[in-house]
Amino acid sequence: MIKFNQVYKRYPGGHEALRNLNFDIAEGEMVYLTGHSGAGKSTLLKLVAAIERPSSGGVLVRGQNIRSIKPAAIPALRRNIGLIFQDHKLLFDRNAFDNVMLPLQICGFDHREAAKRVRAALDKVGLLDREKANPIALSGGEQQRLCIARAIVNRPTILLADEPTGNLDTEYSSEIMNIFKSFHQVGVTLLISTHDESILRQFPARALHLKKGELQP
Amino acid sequence: MNLLIEHLRVLRFTLQRLLLTPNASLLNLTIIGIALSLPVGGYVLLESVQNLGSQIAVTPQISVFITAGTSSSETERIGDKLRQHAGIKRIEFVSREVALKKLQQSTGLADVVDGLSQNPLPDAFVVYPKGGDVAALESLRDELKTWQRIAHVQLDSAWVHKLEALLDFGRLAVLILAALLSFALVAITFNTIRLQILTRREEIEVAKLIGATDAFIRRPFLYFGLTQGLLGGAAAWLLISGSLLLLNRNLSVLTLLYASDFRLQGLSTGDGLALLGFSAYLGWLGAWFSVSQHLWQIEPR
Repeated sequence: MIKFNQVYKRYPGGHEALRNLNFDIAEGEMVYLTGHSGAGKSTLLKLVAAIERPSSGGVLVRGQNIRSIKPAAIPALRRNIGLIFQDHKLLFDRNAFDNVMLPLQICGFDHREAAKRVRAALDKVGLLDREKANPIALSGGEQQRLCIARAIVNRPTILLADEPTGNLDTEYSSEIMNIFKSFHQVGVTLLISTHDESILRQFPARALHLKKGELQP
Repeated sequence: MNLLIEHLRVLRFTLQRLLLTPNASLLNLTIIGIALSLPVGGYVLLESVQNLGSQIAVTPQISVFITAGTSSSETERIGDKLRQHAGIKRIEFVSREVALKKLQQSTGLADVVDGLSQNPLPDAFVVYPKGGDVAALESLRDELKTWQRIAHVQLDSAWVHKLEALLDFGRLAVLILAALLSFALVAITFNTIRLQILTRREEIEVAKLIGATDAFIRRPFLYFGLTQGLLGGAAAWLLISGSLLLLNRNLSVLTLLYASDFRLQGLSTGDGLALLGFSAYLGWLGAWFSVSQHLWQIEPR
């Protein structure tokens, strides 16, 4: 599903964010991405979502090479990837319902069908009763769950989560990890970056450990 | 994926956005309306004056002077020929005696005329042509010149030329005004859309991250420009119609004194629709420039 082959990422100015990455993530697998901040976790996720391109090497996502992907093909790729951000990237000019509606509007869904799906997604993350609320009125944990609802409403095959529990206390963290676990059970491929060791102990899975841009054995 | 539904959604969204800031929208539409109504108003004025010109141009006369010493029967034959000519509505015969009398009466040259030993004036026909336009008048004049026993043909077309020249000048002025203000409309839309893009930067970024195509992101802005242009054109139409209503009411007092039925004609339906189409296009163009200038700068990081 996701395949890295001798991937390097250098930024202008010579900073090398990723160095010779080689790994494979199978379809339906759940994988952690660990390491200190600055180790290159976010950069790696950006490569998978085609937000950045590798400087050299091959990044294959659903069979497409990110290094040579045409800009016109990026939207179709991203519709199959659910993105969950540490800073949520919610829109405060609309309520929770409309935030989750956005990916379906982008795909041109029929309104009634879309509304059903939005409610199902909100239900999944336990926010069905908050659909009219503005995201700014939600707590940190609720905002994160709303972000997850938006990422999954389109039923993507890959979920990328960048520090999804970064700012949350333990109780909220396990809530969110339980949601991820349920996606894993229905066959979604998950790549979750975290620096929270307790999550790894609580929900064990394969982990890729990054240190200064290199994979540690 | 239903494209029609998507377009309707964007249209509704656009109207909602216009209504969301009613004062700013109204101000923008008024500015566009005024900018458009200036050249269009000029055009309407020119059209009315041109109509007036062609109304008067029905009455220009061609004076045909018969060679001195032509017999009266020959003169009559020329008169018949003129009457039968397809391009001539009617003629009036002015004999040399009548002409001399008129000269005595009208010019204050009575003493000079009295002192003449013989009448120097020729017989003449005053010809009223059918058509009004300059080219037809001139060709008729040239044709009559070639006839036998006609000494001189005079077409008083100088004023027609003057009016034409004046109208040409007016047209050019209106055209320049239209070009400048069209540019202004494009610029206004460009700026409006630029501000919208800036305030919606986050939304655009998020939309790109979750797989929006460029067309999807562009569409609401293009619709906004198009709608704003269209409504601005409608405002211009309204402004012109209202102004003409006022002007004509005033004009009717004036024209009554001059015993004329001259009035300013409003924008025809065709012209009005052309105005709407053109202003909508300009709005779209401004939005398109703005979007292609600013949208690529917003890339998710």
